[in-house]
Amino acid sequence: MVGITSYGAYIPLHRIERDAFYKEWGGMPIPGERSMATFDEDSVTIAMESAIDCMKGLDPKKVDGLFFATTTSPYKEKLCASIMATAFDMRRDVRTMDVTGTLRVGTTAMAAAFDAVKAGSAKSILVTTGETRMGAPAGDFEQSVGDGGAAVLLGDKGVIASIEGSYSVSDEFSGQWRADGDDFIRSWEDRMVYDQGYSAVLPEAISGLMKKYNLSPGDFAKIVYDAPLDVRRHARVAGGLKFDAAQVQDPMFMNVGNTGAALAMMMLVAALEEAKPGDKILFASYGNGADAFYLQVTPEIKKLKARRGIKHHLESKKTINNYGTYLRWRKILTLERARRPEQAATSIVALWRDRRIILGLWGVKCKVCGTPQYTATPGIMGGGPPIRICVNCQAKDQFEDYCFLGKKAKVFSFTHDNLADSPDPPATVTVVDFDGGGRAAFDMTDRDPDEVKVGMPVEMTFRKLYHDPARGVHNYFWKTRPIR
Amino acid sequence: MAESIKDKVCIVGMGCTKFGELWDRSETDMIVEAAYDAYEDAGIEPKDVQAAWVGVTGGMTGMALTAPLKMQYKPVTHVENACATASDAFRNACYAVAAGVYDIVLALGFEKLKDSGFSGLAMAGGVSSNIVPTTSAPGMFAMLATTYFARYGLGPDEGKRMLAHIPVRSHHNGALNPKAHFQREITMEQVLRAPIIAWPLGLFDCCGVSDGAAAAIVVRAEDAKKFRPDPVYVKSLQMCVGPAEGQMNTKYDYTHVEETYRGGQVAYAEAGIKNPRKEISMAEVHDCFSITEATIMEDLQFSPRGKVKDDLEAGTFTLEGDLPVQPDGGLKCFGHPIGASGLRMLYEMYLQLQGKAGPRQIKNPHLGLTHNMGGQPAGCTVSVLIVGR
Repeated sequence: MVGITSYGAYIPLHRIERDAFYKEWGGMPIPGERSMATFDEDSVTIAMESAIDCMKGLDPKKVDGLFFATTTSPYKEKLCASIMATAFDMRRDVRTMDVTGTLRVGTTAMAAAFDAVKAGSAKSILVTTGETRMGAPAGDFEQSVGDGGAAVLLGDKGVIASIEGSYSVSDEFSGQWRADGDDFIRSWEDRMVYDQGYSAVLPEAISGLMKKYNLSPGDFAKIVYDAPLDVRRHARVAGGLKFDAAQVQDPMFMNVGNTGAALAMMMLVAALEEAKPGDKILFASYGNGADAFYLQVTPEIKKLKARRGIKHHLESKKTINNYGTYLRWRKILTLERARRPEQAATSIVALWRDRRIILGLWGVKCKVCGTPQYTATPGIMGGGPPIRICVNCQAKDQFEDYCFLGKKAKVFSFTHDNLADSPDPPATVTVVDFDGGGRAAFDMTDRDPDEVKVGMPVEMTFRKLYHDPARGVHNYFWKTRPIR
Repeated sequence: MAESIKDKVCIVGMGCTKFGELWDRSETDMIVEAAYDAYEDAGIEPKDVQAAWVGVTGGMTGMALTAPLKMQYKPVTHVENACATASDAFRNACYAVAAGVYDIVLALGFEKLKDSGFSGLAMAGGVSSNIVPTTSAPGMFAMLATTYFARYGLGPDEGKRMLAHIPVRSHHNGALNPKAHFQREITMEQVLRAPIIAWPLGLFDCCGVSDGAAAAIVVRAEDAKKFRPDPVYVKSLQMCVGPAEGQMNTKYDYTHVEETYRGGQVAYAEAGIKNPRKEISMAEVHDCFSITEATIMEDLQFSPRGKVKDDLEAGTFTLEGDLPVQPDGGLKCFGHPIGASGLRMLYEMYLQLQGKAGPRQIKNPHLGLTHNMGGQPAGCTVSVLIVGR
């Protein structure tokens, strides 16, 4: 049996009321709120957080592949799956792949992982998605899209939902696209786009699947398929195929928005959170064609330890109604420069040399005195990684590896810095003591300044620290955040 | 066997520019003024200087000094030790004289911060992995206050009120000093109402940012009276450089600075001081932020641990108090041109010991201490110098 063995999801903390866009631009009011990545989040960090949720309690060394699906990769030429594989300290021979180009890359990657496991060339593959698409200011898309991600682990042991079959359709159509250099979604006239695209092709794939496996709508506990930017088209697909409205998984338009290539998988995670053993789920996704799957939930689903998934992340939120913050965090406007020193040039050598330390939070533990210790950054006056001399007993090179990934910590000291340049001022910086030992300084994100206290428990979150525009380098590292 | 520097060398001349936003003056202007004022004060000619130590951050060579002064083919060392740069330039100059290899040397520190266009320090970026937390200098020191308040049970208002005594006192002194950047009094209420720079530190908890230069002429003690009747004797020249472990080691309490404590201990031993609170007449310490000065008072044993509040409230460190601190106005009123500050502190001790401090004059001082700190609470380099009559 091959199928999903674990799942996880991530929704950024912040939601923006759609009213904030309407207040700014007028036009057609769209109800609800959408998720909004914090300034230090992108598709990679969101996919990483989703993958962390999915991998909770599981051994990354046993994963044979990591596929990252997105249409908003920070790089055109450079792998991002390898960033996450390094952060997880996966094996050197792990198969890594970024899948991009259309909104159904989440399911395309899932199908590829399924085929690999089924063929026996891998036992376990992690498929993770993350999206931060943007609509141009003043358009409907900027209100309709959302940011988020989900991940599934596919394997042949401990399967919670087996993949019993699949069916795909390929369709050449430039109904909606972003060309090289486009920051914002482009679309042809919407009636044509939906009538010839989503509303025609998705039903074709779903009915193709049902025909292939001799299934009918009544066989399924849930039908899970993503919505287009015009969410009204979503329900009509199920109705047209004679599914009951009660069978249809909510596309989260009112509280998240359209998360592009991540949406279908996020909805699947939401469905699995409610699923019972024996449920059949029809799972499909649209984008220049469509992929459809037939899933069978197994009794193993009861054994999966709780994940934050969709449910918890939906509840854990901070809603804003401030279009200026949105413009600033998404870097849509050029703001006045802070009168602060230039950011240092990013050294690819330093990033490469310290990759396990930076991405994987690897520190050391002294074999002589037992002190866990970590440093990733040269202090302002020196002393960068690696640690060669014990900070506590000064023994030289007497260390074993010690990973701080997943460890909780408590705030030992902090400040809210108004002088430092930050897109979310004041810049909150924390010195934290890790449970089990070790201390380090990190930026804190997704916090309300008033809630930060000495002794406050925190967890680590994977974020984009800087983008060096002169060199086109994106820097990923960890920050602290209040426990979500 | 190593010997103490005590009474082996003397300062016989000093110069110090006005500190401030010297928009119309270049590094060359400041260097020439500080050096020639020191020459004149010592009664020497430029050609009499046999060697020099120049302090500036981000400099390259001793030519930072020789080029502006057109100093003629002398040995000059460029010294850099963050905010303690000038103190270290002076320290090395003293050792060369004590070693007997030179008769007359110059130590000069300068820095031009205000040409950068930045707020705060223009710390060098360089090349790095670029994952350092987003902190400014106020942010790094603010964490000392956060933890100090938490440890000693001071609410934010109470803690901030305690700290506010420090800038109010410094501004009072700075108002009496024509060379200070800020020469006006401020009130407790102004301090407490000021905008937050890095919580819990407000605007007046932070020292100024300025341009300036200061210089000293050093000779052997036995020669000093040939230059002037009132030379100032070096009693101790100590430096303590920490392993920068405070952000890695959970043993660091973030309510004191270990380098300051240890630097004070070795300086007192070298100068033969048993009771610093009683024996030290006055001090210029590294008050980059109010909380820094508060913890320095405890680390140098001027106040018992956790009790600096009592001394601040009692006015112990005012010009009229038992142990005047920052008689010239401190970094608070002078600003902190990095490479110059240590010598600027020494300049005030020099004036006070010679009785030339005018309205700021402390009655009959014997020993003056300067404390100069580079880095941050979790890791720094600290210089403690003691001078006297």
